[in-house]
Amino acid sequence: MIQFDAVSKRYPSGHEALNRVSFRIERDEMVFLTGHSGAGKSTLLKLIMLMEQPSNGQVLVDGQNLRKLGRRQVPYHRRRVGVVFQNHQLLFDRSVFHNVALPLLIAGYHPREAARRVRAALDKVGLLKKETCNPITLSGGEQQRVGIARAVVNKPMVLLADEPTGNLDPGLSSEIMHLFEQFNQVGVTVLIATHDLALIARMPNRTMTLRDGQLFQGQVAAAGAGS
Amino acid sequence: MSSPGHRRGRRETGAVQSKATLADRLDAWRSHHGLVATESLRRLLRAPGASLLTWMVIGIALALPASLFVALENMQQLTAGWDGAARVSLFLEDSVNEEAGRRLGQQLARREDVAQSVYVSRQAALEEFSQLSGFGALLSELPENPLPAVVVLQPSLGASSVAAMEQLLLQLGQLPGVELAQMDMKWVQRLYSLMALGKRISLALAFLLGLGVLLVAGNTIRLAIENRRDEIVVTKLVGGTDAYVRRPFLYTGLWYGLGGSIVAWLLLTLLLWWLDDPVGILADLYDSSFELQGLGVSGSLSLALAGIVLGLAGAWLAVTRHLGAIEPR
Repeated sequence: MIQFDAVSKRYPSGHEALNRVSFRIERDEMVFLTGHSGAGKSTLLKLIMLMEQPSNGQVLVDGQNLRKLGRRQVPYHRRRVGVVFQNHQLLFDRSVFHNVALPLLIAGYHPREAARRVRAALDKVGLLKKETCNPITLSGGEQQRVGIARAVVNKPMVLLADEPTGNLDPGLSSEIMHLFEQFNQVGVTVLIATHDLALIARMPNRTMTLRDGQLFQGQVAAAGAGS
Repeated sequence: MSSPGHRRGRRETGAVQSKATLADRLDAWRSHHGLVATESLRRLLRAPGASLLTWMVIGIALALPASLFVALENMQQLTAGWDGAARVSLFLEDSVNEEAGRRLGQQLARREDVAQSVYVSRQAALEEFSQLSGFGALLSELPENPLPAVVVLQPSLGASSVAAMEQLLLQLGQLPGVELAQMDMKWVQRLYSLMALGKRISLALAFLLGLGVLLVAGNTIRLAIENRRDEIVVTKLVGGTDAYVRRPFLYTGLWYGLGGSIVAWLLLTLLLWWLDDPVGILADLYDSSFELQGLGVSGSLSLALAGIVLGLAGAWLAVTRHLGAIEPR
């Protein structure tokens, strides 16, 4: 589903965020991406989101070489990839409901159909009662769950999460992780960047480790393709 | 490391990318436009002070050329048909007696380029003048009639052929017994060319002020874009196309333009109402049935259209310049 072939990313400042990174993540997999801060986790996610372009190498998502996507096709690619941000990226000028509805309205859903799906997503993350609230009135954990609802409301093939439990206590963190597991179980490919090693240790999933822009562990699934 | 090209085939199970049908999408697209249009209007009305200020600026800039056009339209209406009333007066020499003058008049009436020709004797001219001028008593005091005999004729040529008219005038002036051939049309032509000049000036003014409206709308929308930076970033992150991101700002430009047109229309109506009484009195004094004409339906629609087009163009300018620079980081 996600494949990196010798991907390097050098920023104009000269900083090399990724150095010849190769890996593949199969459909239905849930993978952790870890490493010290500044190791290139966020850059890796940004390349999948097309927020950045690689300096070298190729990124493939669902068999589509992202380098071949024109500027006009970027939005349609992003609709297939749900993202959960550490800082939530919620809009405080509208209710929880309208935050979650945004991807659906953008994708051209009728408001009635959108409303049905928004409620389903909010129900899934346990925030149905808060739909009319402004997200600024919610706690950090609740805001994160609104962000998750928004990321999955359009049923993306891929779900990315950048430090989704960054500011949460362990209890809330495992709740969030449980949510991701549930999405993975219904067929969503999940990639979670986190430096919460204690949390990862409790999960059975594959872990990829970045160090100074190089991937040195977990390039392929243990029982997956290649060797 | 996995070999490139090795990929598992699509499976039937798993998450299915959700899709909407075409009819659904069309319906959604329409309702989305309605939603964006009302939402952007509501946004403007939520800051009534700032919006009103923009509407006033645009309105005044539109009202100026619009009122010039209305003034010119009125002038045109007032002077329409005046060119058909072009007359040539042939002032006869004193040596030409009444008999000869009458013959000349009849001769001229037979010419092809003359539609009508009437001889007015010195006596008749005096009577007509004393009646019209009100100087009757004074004129009767004069020892002799100061007025010459005149043949008044109406050329059959249209006023359009100015050269032919000049030619006719030259010929008539050289006829024996004719002291002077004079066309009463020069001032009409002068008026017309003045009006043509006025039209050009108001066009130039309209162009400049239109440019002003465009820039005012563009600049206001540039600020709106800055204020909604977060929203633009998030929209782009969750897959909003450029068109989707542009849309609310284009509608905002449309509302600025339309609101400005309405303000301009109100200003113009107020101006016409303010001028209606004095114009009526003036027309009465000239025994004219002239009435001030407003913009009318088509004029009002044109004004609205001009405002909308300028507002949209300004928004487009701001959006193409500034939206590209806002990308998720």
